[in-house]
Amino acid sequence: MNMIVTNPVSTTPNGTTRPQVRIVIVGHVDHGKSTLVGRLLHETGSLPEGKLEMLKAVSARRGMPFEWSFLLDALQTERDQGITIDTTQIRFRTGSRDIVLIDAPGHAEFLRNMITGASQADGAVLIIDALEGVRDQTRRHGYLLHLLGIKQVAVVVNKMDRVEFSRARFDEISAEISSHLTGLGVTPSAIIPISARDGDGVAVCTPRIGWYDGPTVVEALDALEPAWPLEALALRLPVQAIYKFDDRRIVAGRIESGHLAAGDEIVIMPAGKIAKIRTVESWPVTPLAGKHGAGRSVGITLDRELFIERGDIVAHAGQSPRDTRRLRARIFWLHEKPLARGDRILVRLGTREARASVVAIEKAIDPGALSNAENSAIARNHVGEIDISLAQPIAADAYADNPRTGRLVIEVNGRIAGGGLVLSVDAGQRAVPVDIVPVESALRPDERSARYRHNGAVVWLTGLPASGKSTLARALERRLFSRGGSPILLDGDTLRAGLNGDLGFSAEDRAENIRRLAEMAAHLARNGHIAIVAAVSPSREDRAAARRIADRLFREVYVATPAEICEQRDPKGHYAKARAGALASFTGINNEYQPPLQSELTLDTSARSVADATEAIEGMLGKTGVLFDELVDLAANI
Amino acid sequence: MEFSPPNAELDAMHVLTTQTAKDRLREAPLFQASSVPQILSDPPSMDHLDALEAQSIYILREAFARLKKLALLWSLGKDSNVMIWLARKAFFGRVPFPAMHVDTGKKFPEMYAFRDTYGKEWGLDLRIEPCPPIDAVDPTLPPAARSAARKTEGLKMALAKHGFDGLIAGIRRDEEATRAKERVFSPRGLEGGWDVRDQPPEFWDHFNASPPPGAHLRIHPILHWTEADIWAYTRRENIPIIPLYLAKDGKRYRSLGDADITFPVTSHAANIDEILAELEQTKVPERAGRALDHETEDAFERLRVAGYL
Repeated sequence: MNMIVTNPVSTTPNGTTRPQVRIVIVGHVDHGKSTLVGRLLHETGSLPEGKLEMLKAVSARRGMPFEWSFLLDALQTERDQGITIDTTQIRFRTGSRDIVLIDAPGHAEFLRNMITGASQADGAVLIIDALEGVRDQTRRHGYLLHLLGIKQVAVVVNKMDRVEFSRARFDEISAEISSHLTGLGVTPSAIIPISARDGDGVAVCTPRIGWYDGPTVVEALDALEPAWPLEALALRLPVQAIYKFDDRRIVAGRIESGHLAAGDEIVIMPAGKIAKIRTVESWPVTPLAGKHGAGRSVGITLDRELFIERGDIVAHAGQSPRDTRRLRARIFWLHEKPLARGDRILVRLGTREARASVVAIEKAIDPGALSNAENSAIARNHVGEIDISLAQPIAADAYADNPRTGRLVIEVNGRIAGGGLVLSVDAGQRAVPVDIVPVESALRPDERSARYRHNGAVVWLTGLPASGKSTLARALERRLFSRGGSPILLDGDTLRAGLNGDLGFSAEDRAENIRRLAEMAAHLARNGHIAIVAAVSPSREDRAAARRIADRLFREVYVATPAEICEQRDPKGHYAKARAGALASFTGINNEYQPPLQSELTLDTSARSVADATEAIEGMLGKTGVLFDELVDLAANI
Repeated sequence: MEFSPPNAELDAMHVLTTQTAKDRLREAPLFQASSVPQILSDPPSMDHLDALEAQSIYILREAFARLKKLALLWSLGKDSNVMIWLARKAFFGRVPFPAMHVDTGKKFPEMYAFRDTYGKEWGLDLRIEPCPPIDAVDPTLPPAARSAARKTEGLKMALAKHGFDGLIAGIRRDEEATRAKERVFSPRGLEGGWDVRDQPPEFWDHFNASPPPGAHLRIHPILHWTEADIWAYTRRENIPIIPLYLAKDGKRYRSLGDADITFPVTSHAANIDEILAELEQTKVPERAGRALDHETEDAFERLRVAGYL
């Protein structure tokens, strides 16, 4: 004999008008989840023929009164213990929905199984025993529904027969649970008085709950909406792998949100590399035309050879996720050992795995408890907010911006130990490994800007060799100094003699050269100086990386002197050498220069004097809030 | 973050007086009624089968990315044929790991013919592994279960021989209740056993893929499919099937195993459309014809704990 509910009703797989909704029933242990499920299967006509009679016979043989929950007690072990230890999936139909019911255990010890089950659900039923009322697991499960992002929640107050169908008792419990859920941002779609054992309120409102005129459980389930793919959000394609099975180099992954098509301009995060989608590959028919939306597993090829790896996120240019080494997340914790400040963890976000450490813990509480006493560590089955410092930059979104790339799981010793939502992505603040203690300046930025009469900035002069960058940079430096400012020149060639002496001119070395320049310039700018960078910096991608490093302090000036004029000038004799073949990878001759598309200022030095051009830069700095207006300044001093 | 229940004036949620509750619920603003509501514009461009396919491909690619030595268990049945098809889709026509058939030697002739034809046609790296004689198997098991347990032993031998750290298996939650409790990435002990009490959490498509040294993982790419899904997809993709699934003389096989412990069910479904129509009506479980499930209440559970699929 096998006491098992197999799939009694098949789903309507294709071309269906009946949405499939996955629901989970959660709540405190023994509040009647399994009984409700058994009753629901019966009321919706979903039981296999003879199953009920067979179960009644088995109960008689065991000398036990029949219980609806026997339907779910599929495992021998469960019957022995009398508790549901894992999630089971059962299907049935309501008026307009195919319901996949995931039964999740209420026992505190099995919270990981409740989460495993509930994470697959579109909606939830939270069950409360009318006699016992709201208990710790009720509150905890409510909290976890919020953390799992489940917003469709119906509450059932079960065992109304045990409180003589008292409306007052029902109202009392309704008030308590509503206020708990509302405080978490979860609005229950209904609160229903039922007796799962006797059937009141499950499929019909019986006279015993005549005072209640809301939906039955079946009606509430019928009103649930299925999850929809996130097509309307920005494109996020976490890279699962790069396949080179034949002459194609296919970037494979699942579109988590948005959509893509061949020809799209994309950016690969966190590196910020730019490319175009050449084809969307498939099998047996390939390539595919048209748009491919969220939920699809796809493979794309690009128009250029780029270093891409598993964990990168493909996005559309201009709508990319943030690259960061620091995240704040609200998490639930399932590991026996509490999560403490300084702990080393592995973070999984999309397909990226990154080593990380916990730099701060706040609001660590037991979501089941009535009090909200905060702890310094997050204990098993508790929740809290943590700051995470990552060993490498990753691409991420805040959960509010993208639910898929805004959530993460935490692994300890190769086993999933927790998970949660990304509250914020801190792009400005770079990695701070726990064993490094950064010392901040004793001076506040406003003290410096009061003296210098400007804010910190990075003025990035880019252009062909001999376009006039260094000349302009020197003139600008002199001008800013004369007005009492604190400019500092960072010349690409000068720094290559020292700090960047280990770098050559390959694409990787150029990128690293730019990164170091940008880091140094950004440091100076954050301390109130104006760092003037004069560097060819031919790659648009590298400059984009520099802009991300300096963020809002970055001002790009494109020195757009025509190539012929640069070559005529050739003060360092580089063009002549390159023409003679003595200089490989010289930008202007053998290497392409990619002009900026959105620089703050463009200057052609062949068409204007140095003084004139310098003044233009000064004007730009004034307009973009770096230099303080002389008149305003004067007025302030009167 | 608000932890204490605010003493808000409570709208008694259950008092839905003027309209029927269902109307009220349907009219509720989307931001209350759905988990991903604000961004809803058009209906999704994917249908049910597209969604199942995409999820399975995602799982197969995760397995291939995260495990070192994978094999796909090919039982020759409808489910594992769909799984091979999905693997070809996931990896653009080529299955990049071996397909292993653990052969009891007692399958139907039609199954062997199918294996020999499509193993070649699909370009599979086919590994055929034998099972030990029946004497080597736990004699306390009921006869059919004992016979099926041979396959478990054969599997263990194959594992020891090849050192796979991941086995891809075509089980489905709806087939049988203990399978419903499975994870997508399911760790096995050193002896190949399954500890149903100590399964790691698995959510948001993040999988536990670090088996301890010497142990292995089972990967279940079609765990979320139903029997009807398998047939609808087989029809849509025109995947070849073993003719035993179609009715002949009023009987057909719903599930295929060893010839001596697998029995046909009464049916007149002579093509896939008719099978799907039949599944709409039936209340007979899929594995009704598999004797090993029904010998004792817990026979199947015991097999699974020991490492059966």
